[in-house]
Amino acid sequence: MRLLTGNDLRTGAVTWWTGNDWSLHVEDAVDVTGTEDEIARREEAARRVNAPYAIDASLHQGRPRPSHIKDRVRALGPTVRPDLTLKPADPDIGSWVI
Amino acid sequence: MADFVSDTDTLIRFRDDEQVDDAAVTVDSFLDQQDASAVRVEPGDDARALIPHLGRLSLVEVNFPAFGDGRGYSSARILREAGYEGELRAVGDVLVDQVAYMRRCGFDAFEPDAALDEGDLETALNRWPEVYQPAADARQPIWAKRHEGVRHA
Amino acid sequence: MYRYDQYDQAMVDARVEEFRDQTRRRLEGRLTEDQFKPLRLMNGLYLQLHAYMLRVAIPYGTLDSRQMHMLADIADKYDRGYGHFTTRQNIQYNWIKLEDAGDILADLASVEMHAIQTSGNCIRNISSDHFAGAAADEVVDPRPYAELLRQWSSFHPEFSYLPRKFKIAVIASDTDRAAMRLHDIGIQIVRNEADELGAAFYVGGGMGRTPMIAPCINAFVPLDRMVTYAEAALRVYNRHGRRDNKYKARIKILVHELGAEEYTRQVEEEFAHLLGQGVEPPFAELERIRGYFEDPLFEDGLSAELDRSDPDFALWVDRNTIAHKAPGYVSAVISLKPVGGIPGDATAEQMHLMADLARDYSFDELRVMHTQNIVLPHVRKADLHALWTALEAAGLGSPNLDTIEDIIACPGLDYCSLANARSIPVAQKISERFAANGKTEALGQLKLKISGCINACGHHHAGHIGILGVDKKGVENYQLLLGGSEAEDVSLAKITGPGFDEAGIVDAVETAADVYLRERQDGERFLDTYRRIGMTPFKEALYG
Repeated sequence: MRLLTGNDLRTGAVTWWTGNDWSLHVEDAVDVTGTEDEIARREEAARRVNAPYAIDASLHQGRPRPSHIKDRVRALGPTVRPDLTLKPADPDIGSWVI
Repeated sequence: MADFVSDTDTLIRFRDDEQVDDAAVTVDSFLDQQDASAVRVEPGDDARALIPHLGRLSLVEVNFPAFGDGRGYSSARILREAGYEGELRAVGDVLVDQVAYMRRCGFDAFEPDAALDEGDLETALNRWPEVYQPAADARQPIWAKRHEGVRHA
Repeated sequence: MYRYDQYDQAMVDARVEEFRDQTRRRLEGRLTEDQFKPLRLMNGLYLQLHAYMLRVAIPYGTLDSRQMHMLADIADKYDRGYGHFTTRQNIQYNWIKLEDAGDILADLASVEMHAIQTSGNCIRNISSDHFAGAAADEVVDPRPYAELLRQWSSFHPEFSYLPRKFKIAVIASDTDRAAMRLHDIGIQIVRNEADELGAAFYVGGGMGRTPMIAPCINAFVPLDRMVTYAEAALRVYNRHGRRDNKYKARIKILVHELGAEEYTRQVEEEFAHLLGQGVEPPFAELERIRGYFEDPLFEDGLSAELDRSDPDFALWVDRNTIAHKAPGYVSAVISLKPVGGIPGDATAEQMHLMADLARDYSFDELRVMHTQNIVLPHVRKADLHALWTALEAAGLGSPNLDTIEDIIACPGLDYCSLANARSIPVAQKISERFAANGKTEALGQLKLKISGCINACGHHHAGHIGILGVDKKGVENYQLLLGGSEAEDVSLAKITGPGFDEAGIVDAVETAADVYLRERQDGERFLDTYRRIGMTPFKEALYG
């Protein structure tokens, strides 16, 4: 599957396309295969996202998980500062990233 | 006539003399002939090749095919340092956030691909209260103001 | 240290307003991201892996307590309570909002600081010797020359759209503590036989994917022509540096392709021309700037004695303090490399504390080292115990300067969108390994440097031991390099062979360290032993 991601223009936060909006959480992302360019163009033009691009992903326990480690680090936060990630209390999150 | 207008409707000049409408030729072509008075300098051209012929030049266009290619800034300074006093026009991908530095390098006309917003242009040209370096414009660098009256080496 | 006058302040204030205006136009959609990107980069604002990142300039690594307090306040107010000190003596914040950037720049301007030209294809912040003004071996304090060049390079109308970034370092002693020859221009202030000061220009060094050591192109440029010479060196680069391939656009490639001799000829020709153009500030301007770098009022007759009865304190003194030109004083290094910590990170609380300690014990001055530590340059020996006690209590008392635990590491894949592998976890595991096995002290000076990609922000080419993280089919992999140095004995490290996984690279570093412990002769550092015995014994131990 393909996920569309970018950054919020104002805050810089990493965001994911959910089908009708942008979310901070990769598990909300939907498959955009075939439509990524069109959505990216439209959303960037409306400044609802900055520098969008599509990545490869697969389903992991029913939720999208980016295929490449860089996108997983990006989805979660720095592995060396779990307190600053989106899931500071999840003890298994390390194995999701690496 | 329509073509002519669309060619020049983004032209901004900071000169009082008559606008030069001669077609600018390439540097190679200019050097091959005796009568051209307007030339277009591309980023890879050696502006110094024009120096022996400055007397017959009334317009030098310096092309910026992409705004990030800064070779044209050096071309402009080289021509001004050599004493060229004719029109020096920046053409191409010229952005409003670049014109203040371009003015400092000696450009006195701009013909950007996309028209510049007048208010933004005004703001940009008045942005810097001081300058740190002497350049092709007449502005006094900060060090000269700090040492008014001190003879420069 | 240098103070802004009304002119400097007006320029920095104007820049804040310019960037506010540019940000507003971006948010209104009047600038595209492609158009905005070079503008924000020239104000140090990146779009990084998790958010915007702001890099703040610390000119030649010098700051006072007021400025350090402001850096801490920015960490608290606009970021997540910490900052990261970098290998070019700057600080960067990882969680910045674009809409806050103008306010942050305004706060910085209120303490004579900025983020001008800390990124982008322009002349970057100028770095220098972190012991400048304190070192016993310097010819003069190099910072006035760095400041003169800072002003010349700021908002330079001709050199703001160079082929690629451009880094300058200025030193003034034969001991190189600033990786001078690995810069685009390295300048060493020297004294000639006639006792005159001049600038030796080294041009075309750098790390990155094609590491090069800068050749000397002019061994003595008179000081009243230094700016003109730099202008000539830059103009040749701006005109002829490659723009067809960003990986070949640094000046080192131009110097390499032309040959140092031909590049030098072109610079000399341009220099001869520019001498007639009035580029050089008057000597009085250099004198004015020098006035800001007078020695503080060192006390006479201080005791050189130290109570070494506390062994932990004695170890820290031996490891982390450096001889000072004034009797009774030392320069003290505050390590930002606690065992298992993140190299170069400091919390807002730690920054506030370092600022207070600088005010109390170091004439209000701090320095940032390119090795991502902090220096208090002028500390009375009599104050060292009190200083150390305060540092220990805040987790800042690690006695590990220049040891294998004093690791340079770039932010790596944890923060950086260019990275291929994580650097920080490797640094953490290595420092933990050597703290546990007790070999740190025996290994002595061993400079270990880790980069998470080929761009080499972690200086792996210049490590006695270097580590380069690469992406091997989506899995992090680490190459080991040996034999580099950023110092006056500059050399580029060589790759040992096939790479390792994360656990494997930690073992490999210990294996290489053990080869040294086995093979070393009297007084040899790791680097000396490597240079004497070569790569083969290390390869045999690693892969045999």
